[in-house]
Amino acid sequence: MGRVVIDVMPKPEILDPQGKAVVGALARLGFKEFAGARQGKRFELEVEGEVDQAVLDRARQAAETLLSNPVIEDVVAVRAASDQE
Amino acid sequence: MRIGVVTFPGSLDDRDALRAVRIAGGTPVSLWHGDEDIKGVDAVVLPGGFSYGDYLRCGAIARFAPVMSEIIRLAGPPTQTSPGLPVLGICNGFQVLCESHLLPGALIRNEQQQFICRDQKLRIERTDTVWTNRYGKDDEIVVPLKNGEGGFAADQATLDMLEGEGRVVARYLDVNPNGSFRDIAGISNATGTVVGLMPHPEHATEAGYGPEAQAANSTGDGTDGLAFFTSALQGVLSA
Repeated sequence: MGRVVIDVMPKPEILDPQGKAVVGALARLGFKEFAGARQGKRFELEVEGEVDQAVLDRARQAAETLLSNPVIEDVVAVRAASDQE
Repeated sequence: MRIGVVTFPGSLDDRDALRAVRIAGGTPVSLWHGDEDIKGVDAVVLPGGFSYGDYLRCGAIARFAPVMSEIIRLAGPPTQTSPGLPVLGICNGFQVLCESHLLPGALIRNEQQQFICRDQKLRIERTDTVWTNRYGKDDEIVVPLKNGEGGFAADQATLDMLEGEGRVVARYLDVNPNGSFRDIAGISNATGTVVGLMPHPEHATEAGYGPEAQAANSTGDGTDGLAFFTSALQGVLSA
């Protein structure tokens, strides 16, 4: 069983209200060294066999079709999960 | 005149949209997300609510519902034989239209991170659409607004294109309730058949039940939203 990890982040120029709320809460808890936060999404897709390039290509296609909205988000990573994950 | 209203799992305002069509003088037709045909309706309303629980992104999963394939196909770019199926997306319906790429841009979480529910003043800026032809240019009206992810976002080029082509249908007045770029409350496709709107005209169609707040061109009895639906009857007839 293989696993593909996909990371999706809001585009840098798009306001990220959730990230703003997170960094505000961090500051209130004393984590003042963190000047900013952005919140994205991680998807894990399972496949029956090994994760090869063909699977990664399909995963990227899925990421760009459904898992992200290219108007407001970037697919920043599509990779095979390591054994430790 | 038959106007369909799609019910997705999690739609909330489908009943009010059906009612608004009836009050306007049209024949409301219920459409189901899992059906592939749209029962030959003349126009479609995608109602407000939280289709599929707003999972993934608002409207992202609804956009791939069987009924949407047919609506996207019929509402797509106009051809010589067809002007395109008129579609009004309200709130979650607007989000579905953006996810479907029938309209540009996207709706993101409100700038102030809170769900907003208020009577909202709007200016109707484009009046040659199927859905707004019964308003006067720059009419000021009040209809309810209720959303958590209603901030209209697009890149500068898209915003300039929308402004340049006169495709901003409605703009927020007095207060920008959700951080929408350039105070945009609603937009249309190039031909004015497809309109997306974040506020809720279907909740302001029956005397005595709409907002009490007034704007310059208010009807005075809380029915400022009714003209969206009477417009469609007019627009579909003339199309």
